[in-house]
Amino acid sequence: MAIENNRLDESLYAENFSDIHPPFDSYSAALVEANRCLFCYDAPCMKACPTSINIPKFIKQISTENIKGSAHTIFSSNIMGAGCGKVCPVEKLCEGSCVYNLLEEEPIAIAKLQRYSSEMALDKNWKIFERKILPEEMKRKIAIVGAGPAGLSCAHVLAREGMDVTIFEKEKRGGGLMTYGIAAYKVTPEFCEQEVNYILSIGGIDVKYGKELGVDFSLEELRRDFDAVYLAFGVGLTRKLNIPGEDLNGVVDAISFIYDIRTHDFKEVPVGNKVAVIGLGMTAIDAATQAKRLGASEVSIIYRRTQNEMPSTEVELNIAKLDGCNICWLSAPNEIMGVEGKVAAIKCDVMKLGEPDSSGRRFPEPSGEQFVLDVDMVIKATGQTPYYDLVNEYGLENKNGKIAAGKDGQTNFENVFAGGDNVNGGKEVVDAVQAGKDGAASILKYLNILVGTKNIQI
Amino acid sequence: MASLYTDFLGIKSPNPFWLASAPPTDKKINVLRAFEAGWGGVVWKTLGSQVKNVSSRYSSVDYGGHRVMGFNNIELISDRPLDLNLREIEECIKLFPDRAMIVSLMADNDRESWHEMIKKVEDTGAHGFELNFGCPHGMTERGMGATVGQDPEIAAMIVEWVMEKATIPVITKLTPNVHSVVPTGRAVVKAGSNALSLINTIQSVTGIDLDTLVPNPYVAGKSVFGGYCGPAVKPIALKFLTTISQDSITNKVPISGIGGVTTWKDAVEFMLLGSTSVQVCTAAMTHGFRIIEDLCEGMENWMDEKGFKTTKDFIGLSVNNITNWESLDINYHHIANIDQEKCIHCGLCYIACEDTSHQSINLDYGKPYNKYTIKEDECVGCNLCQLICPVEDCITMVEHRKAPEYLNWIEFKEKGLPLNDH
Repeated sequence: MAIENNRLDESLYAENFSDIHPPFDSYSAALVEANRCLFCYDAPCMKACPTSINIPKFIKQISTENIKGSAHTIFSSNIMGAGCGKVCPVEKLCEGSCVYNLLEEEPIAIAKLQRYSSEMALDKNWKIFERKILPEEMKRKIAIVGAGPAGLSCAHVLAREGMDVTIFEKEKRGGGLMTYGIAAYKVTPEFCEQEVNYILSIGGIDVKYGKELGVDFSLEELRRDFDAVYLAFGVGLTRKLNIPGEDLNGVVDAISFIYDIRTHDFKEVPVGNKVAVIGLGMTAIDAATQAKRLGASEVSIIYRRTQNEMPSTEVELNIAKLDGCNICWLSAPNEIMGVEGKVAAIKCDVMKLGEPDSSGRRFPEPSGEQFVLDVDMVIKATGQTPYYDLVNEYGLENKNGKIAAGKDGQTNFENVFAGGDNVNGGKEVVDAVQAGKDGAASILKYLNILVGTKNIQI
Repeated sequence: MASLYTDFLGIKSPNPFWLASAPPTDKKINVLRAFEAGWGGVVWKTLGSQVKNVSSRYSSVDYGGHRVMGFNNIELISDRPLDLNLREIEECIKLFPDRAMIVSLMADNDRESWHEMIKKVEDTGAHGFELNFGCPHGMTERGMGATVGQDPEIAAMIVEWVMEKATIPVITKLTPNVHSVVPTGRAVVKAGSNALSLINTIQSVTGIDLDTLVPNPYVAGKSVFGGYCGPAVKPIALKFLTTISQDSITNKVPISGIGGVTTWKDAVEFMLLGSTSVQVCTAAMTHGFRIIEDLCEGMENWMDEKGFKTTKDFIGLSVNNITNWESLDINYHHIANIDQEKCIHCGLCYIACEDTSHQSINLDYGKPYNKYTIKEDECVGCNLCQLICPVEDCITMVEHRKAPEYLNWIEFKEKGLPLNDH
């Protein structure tokens, strides 16, 4: 057996990649859950949301059958509220801080309720926001690089405030990692397209697809042709393992692997029979579970620390476990072994935890023991690397490739702002949406469009 | 083991739970099912003047995710042939001789009609009558039902006609669609009514369809005021019941309590305020007759716990615990306390107190959980925070008397004591 596609029949693909968190199928079902909500004051869930969605309010609005109002509440704070309802790690955000946890009761199904209102808004194409009509002399032209969550969020606020926005996107579709980098059982390409179209429907946002910074245009050109620039081009591929055998046929990058799944029919995506996934973040889980769901017979997640230190949430880990993935704790690859240029096995050090490192987590050290796993595919998911060369080429101040931008998002060029993964190195979609809002507010302030940010939901 | 056996003016039933005169008691099949389930008695749906019912007939009010907090009907009295009703009543009595069979009446407003009806019903072997002076819809347009109950003189006149003929106990059912039930209650007791029952339904509009703009229940594009009942009306019923139990004329006769009785606790409350039996309708209509099991078991367990052997041991015990406001003790004071171990930081107490009460709760901001504590000097002891707190026993009201002695408003005024300065 080796890496091959078309391992399953159509019905199995459909089953394996159906929505992992099905929505409420009726208003009555949503109402039961909405009525459980206590409508907390200064609610912990709201404080735990990076975009500060007024969660008690939008849930109350479901219970009063004001679904349009509920969608407005969500989208005012988070224009990607529908997608976040599908992909947010709510167990460590809103739902994780729901007061019901303190009663040892199930927290309110906030994400599911959020999907109820926001997906209805998308399905019915409710026009919730009006674009401000400004006199010509007040209009400004703003360029945004990247149509991912940060770029779209920034664009929507700016368009709402009457600005003319142009987004340059290197891919053929918008949505960024939402469209290209998240497990297909969480969001479908159709949904991502619908969400992007909904965001763009406010008007005033022109997206130029297939245009890449540094290839099709330069930062200088943007600075010259636009009043302000917002950089939201995200991060690149997984960082290198720097171990022997990394160039063998069968070693792939998790981002590329997921990208393939999101851009092809499932049956066209090749997967190994025995797969090793290196790393244990959210992307590692998405890669491992999808390898299994594409028909791999064995998937092993190789992680150098223990469950206490893992970046993934327990909820996500459980998805992998339920899919039958093995977890090799305290294991670090030190060589990928090949036969005839193809991956045949991976050799790992058995690790032990030493003193805490700069992240506060106990640092793993080789114990001296080793083991070998027979595998025919290795997926690297050890965190994405910033576009180091690009930012240095343009003279953007940065820290290891992450653009240096303050809370206001301003870079060392006064009309260039940045936010999202290209600043923070790679966080959740919801963090990027907030970064986009912050960036838009800073740009408007810079352009003297608004004094302060009181008209913008931050 | 406590006994629920009930003797209401000689009308005997194994428990104090009767089904009220309503759709559940309008024919043999329902009544037999009720008796099989264990109900102590029924008040057969009102017989009398000829009517025809419409479709639809019911509407309701939902609240906080619960169906039928309040229930509304525009159904009139029985629209079945009188002879059929009488035959079925007789059959039910024969099959379940240990259960109470009371028949509700609403004859046309003349002596002969009432006399004729009484004779026919007594021939079935029924144990008592209930005079329907309370139905607030439909029949009122013909000068019957609540129209009678709202006029003490007319009510007394009809009771006099009834008492001329009746040989079994007569209960007069009062309408709550008045400012006080006492005048009609007194008038009918003076006219000879052997007992009272209350309340009948309350005139209402339960809601409007926001698409068609027609209120409900819907009848070919129109609606009509209906009679409101169910859990929502219980507090109103208890208040009216108390006024009857405290009046020196009306408290001489037994009372059958009605109005939103849903659980055994509701029934105990009606009985603590003076009811000898209770009548149930909406709860049965929303859950079926099977609820009788918990009604009985719950009441028995409570009686055992409290040491009451029969229902007579506790009927009326709370009547004198409702007094005039001017008799309340002004020196009584209690202050809220938040148990920090139990608090889940929902902030509901804080926002209610801060926005709408006495700004007596401190907020210390935290992420994600704030801390809430009581400002004891500011708290007036209103209960609002305790009422809305979602956690059992998290907020308690702790007694802090202003002074040891009893002091009411009249004494307070006489002594010229100082009023609040804020």
